Order: sequence, then C-alpha cells, then structure tokens
Amino acid sequence: MLDFLKSPIEALQDFYILTGRALKSVVRPPHYIDDIFLQMDIIGVGSLPIIILTGFFSGVVITMQMSRALSQYGATGQVGMIVCITLVRELGPVLTALLVAGRNASGIASELGSMKVTEQIDAMRALGTDPIQKLVVPRLVATCTMLPCLTVISDFVGLLGGYLIASLQLGLSGSQYWTAAYQALAYNDIVQGLLKPFVFAFIISLVGCFYGLRTTGGTQGVGLATTKAVVSASVWIFVITSLLTRIFVNLH
Amino acid sequence: MNEAIQPLPDGHGSVTRSDAVTRSDAVTEPRASASGAEVVLKFEDVSLSFGDQVAIDHVSFEMAPGSTRVILGAAGSGKTTVLKAAIGLIKPDSGRIFLLGQEITSLDERQLFQIRSRVGVLFQEGGLFDSFTVGENVAYPLLNPKSDKVDLTLVDQKVTEALRFVELEETMEKFPAELSGGMRRRVGIARAVVKEPPLVLYDSPTAGLDPITANTIMALIAKERETANTASLIVTHRYQDGQVMSNFRYKSGSGLLNLEHVEQNGSGGPKITFMVMDEGKVVFEGTQQELEASTDEYVVKFAPKRP
Ligand SMILES: Nc1ncnc2c1ncn2[C@@H]1O[C@H](COP(=O)(O)OP(=O)(O)O)[C@@H](O)[C@H]1O
Ligand SMILES: [Mg+2]
Repeated sequence: MLDFLKSPIEALQDFYILTGRALKSVVRPPHYIDDIFLQMDIIGVGSLPIIILTGFFSGVVITMQMSRALSQYGATGQVGMIVCITLVRELGPVLTALLVAGRNASGIASELGSMKVTEQIDAMRALGTDPIQKLVVPRLVATCTMLPCLTVISDFVGLLGGYLIASLQLGLSGSQYWTAAYQALAYNDIVQGLLKPFVFAFIISLVGCFYGLRTTGGTQGVGLATTKAVVSASVWIFVITSLLTRIFVNLH
Repeated sequence: MNEAIQPLPDGHGSVTRSDAVTRSDAVTEPRASASGAEVVLKFEDVSLSFGDQVAIDHVSFEMAPGSTRVILGAAGSGKTTVLKAAIGLIKPDSGRIFLLGQEITSLDERQLFQIRSRVGVLFQEGGLFDSFTVGENVAYPLLNPKSDKVDLTLVDQKVTEALRFVELEETMEKFPAELSGGMRRRVGIARAVVKEPPLVLYDSPTAGLDPITANTIMALIAKERETANTASLIVTHRYQDGQVMSNFRYKSGSGLLNLEHVEQNGSGGPKITFMVMDEGKVVFEGTQQELEASTDEYVVKFAPKRP
C-alpha cells in the first residue's frame, strides 16, 4: 500500500550511508590532498566571478527596494542596517548556495555520473582505490571550506552595492551607512551567516556525489542525475534554511 | 561458513601484509583451505539480484591456474555481473566465491583491495581514467595500493613493457579520449596485465569493435595467456572470440596478428572450458566439441555448426 514511499525512503537511507562513509573517510588515510586543492580551485575560485556579480546586484536591489519602504517612515538613514541583516542572515548564504548548487552540484553529479557509466568507478575499486575517499571526500572538504568564504565575499560585495545606492540615490555618508550596517550585526547573525553555508556545502557536495554515484543507463542517465542533483540540492537548501532560521529566531 | 576467513581477524594489517609476501606462491602453491587446492576462482552456488531483477541464479564453476574459461550469453544474461561478483565489486545474496584461495564474500572493501590487486580486469566500457594519460593509467595498478611496495624505478620500465606488449608504446603521453575504441581496449589490457596477475578477467573485450580490431584484441588475450600462463575468464557474446582462444596459439617473435592454428583434439591445444548463460542461469558447460555438438535451442545460437 505504501509502495510509493519505498524508493524515496531507500534513497534517503542510501544517502545516510554515503554521508556516514564520507565522514568516516575524512579522518581516515589515505588523504588525497592534491584532489582537495583541485576541487577548491574549481568550486571556490571558479565560482568567484558569478558570486561577486550576483552578490553586488542583490545588495543594489535590496537597497533600492528598502529605501523606498524606509522613506515612508523617514528612516532612510537606517538602510545599512536592513541591507546588512538581510544579506548576512539570509540572502547571502542562500543565494551563494543556490549558485554553487547550480554550478557545482551539477558539475559533481555529471562528472561522477560519467565515471560511473564508463565503469571508471568500478575500475577504481578494482585497482584498490576507495571512490569515497578519492572522489567524495575532496569535493566535500573543498565545498565546506569554500562556500563559507564565498558567502562572506558575497555579503561584503552586496554591502558595497548597497553603499553605492545609498550614497548616490539617498545621499547618505559612508559613516552613516557603514555604522548602521556594523551596529546591526549581533554575534548570533555572524554564527548563523557562517553556519548556514557550512551546512549547505554538505548538502551540495553530498547530493551531487550521491546522484553521480548512483547513475545508471548510459549518457542519458548522466543528464538525469545532473538535473536531479541540482533540483534536490536547491530544495534542500530552502528546507534547511527555514529550519535553521526558525532555530536562530527562537534563540533571541 | 566463516571458517574460510578464520585467518583474517579484524586488524587486517598484519595478515594482508603476509598475503602480499606469499603473492607469487598463491597460484603455484595455494594453501589447502575450504576452497580446495589449485583454484584461482570458484563460484559456489552463487545467486545475486538487483531488486526484483535476478542477475545470476545459482551459478557454480571453478577455474584452475592457467586455465581459460569463456562465458557466452546474450545481453542481460548476467555475464558482467559474474565478473564483478568475482572480484567483490558486487556482493552476492547467497553462495560463496573464492578468489585466489580466499573466501571473499564476507570480506570488507579494505580487505578486498589486497586480493583484487592480484587480479587484472578489463572492463566492458574500458574503465580508463579520462583525466590520466595512457602511461599514468597503466602505471596506476603499480603505484596505487600504497601498501604494495613497488620499486619506483621499475614502474617506468614495466609500463613501457606493458604498452609494448599491446604495441602502443607511442601513445604513452596521450589521453584515452584521443585514442580509437580498439586502442583504448588495448590500453585496458596493458593496465590489466601490467602487474603480471595470475588471473585476468575480460568483460566483452570485442564488444562494439569491427571484426579485424576484434581479432587483434583476441590475439592479445591469447598472447597474454601463452606468454605469462595467466588464467583467463573471458565474457563475450561472440562465439568467434572463444574459437580464437581454443583454436589458435600465439606465435612468439611474430607480429600482433600472427596466430598459429592448433587442432583442438591434439594434445597440445589450450585447455578451455565454455559456459553459456541465459537469464542468469548456466545452461551449458563443457568443451568446444561438446558445445558444437549441443542441440539446445539457445546454446546453438552461440555455437554455429562447422560447415
Ligand atoms: N546496477 C544494476 N542495477 C540494476 N540492474 C542491473 C544492474 N546491473 C545489471 N543489472 C541487470 O542484471 C541483469 C544482468 O546484467 P549484466 O550482468 O550486465 O548482463 P550482461 O553483461 O550479460 O549483458 C540484467 O537484466 C541487468 O538489467
Ligand atoms: Mg555486460
């Protein structure tokens, strides 16, 4: 009767198994340091241009929207605060994660997927290399270190974009804007702003690896795996951010 | 069921080390164990399914050192699954598998690495690493399991030797994507034999190749068998592949395609066993003569009568 639940539950179970094995392998030798750096370059440095671009424009857009709303209360001076809170708590982490999911969850899934269908994963195991250690761990470690960095950069560039609008359109001085922004940040916001990307990084890399490694059905299967990886990583990012936000809001 | 793995306690470090030492003895002098002496590979009533799909169904067979076994069967009959189960890439649901004198069904991945490193495998899809050059691909089995100490100065020499064996020395620096399908298959063979394993598994070595290239590949497999006395398990849907293995012999000192015809009924012919699979079941097992004499409807499809 509940047959329709069988395959998603099995998939979830497989995902837990993969997560468990990946976490165990992070601490266990051999470590493939070269692969970690290579992935950091692909995921971190490779995503930088798009992160800067979208971060900047999200700052610009929020400032324009908020300045209109704030002007009704004659509080445009506080725009730095609003922009800062929105970016650091929510928009920075989520936007960055979504972009990295689009870029890298798909990249990971298609790369591992084609390795799976061309039996490179089997060959690896046959030749004494654990694919979890050689393929999954470097991607996990690289994403977990790079995504928080990318998020911080995105937040900062967003604030710069906000400042540009605040000074050009609202005529705010630098100290007015930045003081409001700085004072808005509580310890809690910083923790939340860094914890979220860390958790998202887990989701992105492991979901990408998960769908990649269970690819079947030739090249067509690779395309399918890629799509599934991006969609489910994106959905999970929204689910997780709602949960985390709920927790942090209650902490206040 | 567990006696066979008695000598393998949880701390596998020391045991696997000693395994590596006895490597060369493994074939000539297998330890008397539950697996029986003188077998490189043995399936004991093995069944395996993917969900509801039965891939192999109560399969049993064994291979002696230096012997050749050809598994014939239509697509989806479970040939690849047999091969992958043989090196523990897939776990059977029931039955036992012995590889080089060890029961492997209950070993974990790390313990399996040690045994697998003594088996050569050519995958159907090639399984060459795209991101490595041909030379790096062939060197991989020598360099990778960090526990096996291979002399670094010897690696280059062995890689060159293996590539010369398949007559592709000049492709050393190329990437697999730059090679033709037949050449990739040959590099795959070089990688499978570079460690001089006592057993090599070939998964559909001629699938998707033109007849001439296919014969080159089979000639190489025969050459490996003759020159290194390797036990070979060949999975294929082409009966001609089996014919090459049983009726031809590599002529040393000659070029790639030079095989010498040998009469199977003469005493000098290679020992070769045929096995036909249908939907996971073994429907035939025997010699070439028996295969050609078979009247079974399915088996006949794989063994055209001699004119
Ligand atoms: N990873 C897998 N998941 C599900 N079914 C599989 C998988 N691998 C093989 N099968 C099924 O098992 C059967 C045997 O497959 P296989 O051993 O690849 O056959 P062959 O190599 O003889 O073509 C087929 O029906 C195939 O669909
Ligand atoms: Mg197959």
